[in-house]
Amino acid sequence: MSKKVISRDVAERLSRLKLPFDAYGMDPYGISRAHLGLFFTFLEVFYKHYFRVRCFGIENVPKTGRAMLVSNHSGGIPTDGGMLLASLFFEGEQPRLAHGMVEKFAQTWPFVSHWFSRVGQLPGLPEHAIRLLQDDRILMVFPEGARGTGKLYKDRYQLVRFGSGFMRIALQTKSPIIPTAFIGGEEALPSIYHAKTLAKIVGAPYWPVPPYLVPMPLPLPCEVHYGEPLYFEGTGNEADHVIEGYVEQVKLAISRQIKYGCALHGQRRAGLSYEKLGERP
Amino acid sequence: MKVLITGITGAHARMVAERLLGRGYEVIGIDRRTWADPPEGIRVYKADVRKRPAADVFRNERPDVVIHMATITHFSGSREERLRINLQGTRIVFEHCHEHGVKHAIFVGRHTIYGAAPDAPLYRTEDEPPLAVTTFPELADLVAADLHAATALWRWPTLKTAVLRLVYTLGPLRRGTLANFLGGPRVPRILGFDPLFQMMHDEDAADALIACIESRISGVFNVAGPPPVPLSVLCRGTHRKSFEIPEALFPYISGRFGLPHLPPGAIAHIKYPIVVDATAFQAATGFKHRFDSHSVMTAFRGD
Repeated sequence: MSKKVISRDVAERLSRLKLPFDAYGMDPYGISRAHLGLFFTFLEVFYKHYFRVRCFGIENVPKTGRAMLVSNHSGGIPTDGGMLLASLFFEGEQPRLAHGMVEKFAQTWPFVSHWFSRVGQLPGLPEHAIRLLQDDRILMVFPEGARGTGKLYKDRYQLVRFGSGFMRIALQTKSPIIPTAFIGGEEALPSIYHAKTLAKIVGAPYWPVPPYLVPMPLPLPCEVHYGEPLYFEGTGNEADHVIEGYVEQVKLAISRQIKYGCALHGQRRAGLSYEKLGERP
Repeated sequence: MKVLITGITGAHARMVAERLLGRGYEVIGIDRRTWADPPEGIRVYKADVRKRPAADVFRNERPDVVIHMATITHFSGSREERLRINLQGTRIVFEHCHEHGVKHAIFVGRHTIYGAAPDAPLYRTEDEPPLAVTTFPELADLVAADLHAATALWRWPTLKTAVLRLVYTLGPLRRGTLANFLGGPRVPRILGFDPLFQMMHDEDAADALIACIESRISGVFNVAGPPPVPLSVLCRGTHRKSFEIPEALFPYISGRFGLPHLPPGAIAHIKYPIVVDATAFQAATGFKHRFDSHSVMTAFRGD
C-alpha cells in the first residue's frame, strides 16, 4: 500500500539516501525505509505546496560526514523542524536525513513516539547527539528549545536564550556547525496566548493559541537559509565563559541569516525580486 | 581446561556445554534438575548451588573457569524463589570461585536490567545505571545479582570476573524470555508503540560465552548480535499474530484471550526499547555474530 502512496521524487531520493538499511529496511537506530517514504511524501506536500519553501545555501551542508545544523526555533508547533528535514532531503544533490532531538514528553505519546523513532527523530539526549555525530550523521539542533517554539508573535525573530550543551557536543565530536535560519514560521502560526491548562492536560510545555484559535499553521511562504559552516577547536571541556563565547558567535551568525532572510521574506511577500538584497551573510 | 557450568541443564547452558566439549574443554555442571542423557564427557552433579554438595564439587573438581547460568526469571519462579536462586545463588557461587582457586568466573546476565523508559538513551553502554530496579520490580533480583557479581572485580582482583549482559536469545531452542513472550497464540503490543527488540541467535550466544572464556576478559560487557528490529517486524518475522491493546486496558486483558500474563512492569518493556551497545565486548573478544535478524527469526519459526 505504502509504495502506491510514496511520490516518485521521494522514492528516487530514498533510493539514494545513504543509510545502512538491513533486509527489513531498518537501520540500527530503528529508522524504517517504509516509514521514511510516507513521512517525506507527507512533508513534500507541506514543503512544496503548502509553505512553498525556498531553500538558500544548501551547498553549505556537506554531502557526507557529520554536521550540526543549529537553527532558530519558532512557529508554536515545530513545523520548522519538518521543513528543515524536507529541505535536506529534497534540495541537495545528495539527499540527507537530519536527526532532530525531540522533546522527551513526546516519547510518552502513542503513535507520535513510534513515528518519531521510525524517521530518526530521537529523544533529545546528549548520548544520542554524540552517537549520531560520531556515526557521521547530520544533527538538527534548536538551542532555544521549547522557549523558541513558545515565542509569542510580538517576539517574532528575536532569538531567546541558547543552551550551551550543543557547543560542547560539537567540540567533543569535532563537528562543523551550520548556522541556519527558518523564516516564515512565526507568521504561519502567530501565537498570541498560551493555554496553560490545556498544555498541562496533554503534558506539553505550552499550547499555542493563534487569533483564529486552532493551532494550525497558515499556508504562508517560508524560507530556509543555511549559512557557511563554523568550525570551533576544543575538547568540549572548556570553561563556561569560553563555551558561551562560542555560542554567541553561533547566535550572531544565525541572527545575520535571520536578518537577511527577513529582508528577503518581505520582498517575497511583496512580490518583488530578490536581486537588490546584496551579498549573503 | 576444566569448565564448570551452573544451571547446566538449561537449554542454552547445554548448548554451551556441548560446544565447549567439542572444542576440547573438560566440562562439568551443577543443577538441581537432572540431565537424563548428557553427552559422553560431560559430568553433571545434581545439587543446589547454594547447598554444601555444590561446595564439594568446587572443592573436589577445582574448575579453572565457572560459567554461572543458574538464574531464573519471573516466568519460572516466585519472588522469594527468584531472590534465593538469583541473588543468594550468585553470591555463593562467586565465593566458591574465590575460595577454590577458580581463575575466570563468568556471570551470564540479561540486558533487560537496563530497564525501558521513554527518556533512556537508545543504545545503553555498560556504564548506564540499571533502571529496571524501579521500572520493572520483577527484575530487581537479577539487577542485584548482576551488580553483586560485578563486586568480585574489586573484592578479588586475582579472580578474572566477566559480567555479561546478553540481549534476548532466540532460535531453534525456543527457550528464554523472548521465546516465552512470543510463544503464546497472540503476542501483546501496546497500541501506538512499536519498540525495538534486540536479539541474538542461540548459537551466537553460546559462541559469545566461548569467546569470553578464550579471551579471558574481565569487566562488565554487553553482548549483542544483529541490529534491533521493531516488535511488529519481530512478530511478522516469526509468523506470530500480534494483538494491539490500549495501555489503559492492558492490565485487564493480560493473561486472557490467548495473551501471556505479564506483570505491570513489563508494559514499559513493550512500549520502549532496550538496546545495548556491545562494541566493548566485540573489541575485547573479536566476537562477531553469524546470524542476522532474518536468520534468527527463521530459526525460531523452525521452518
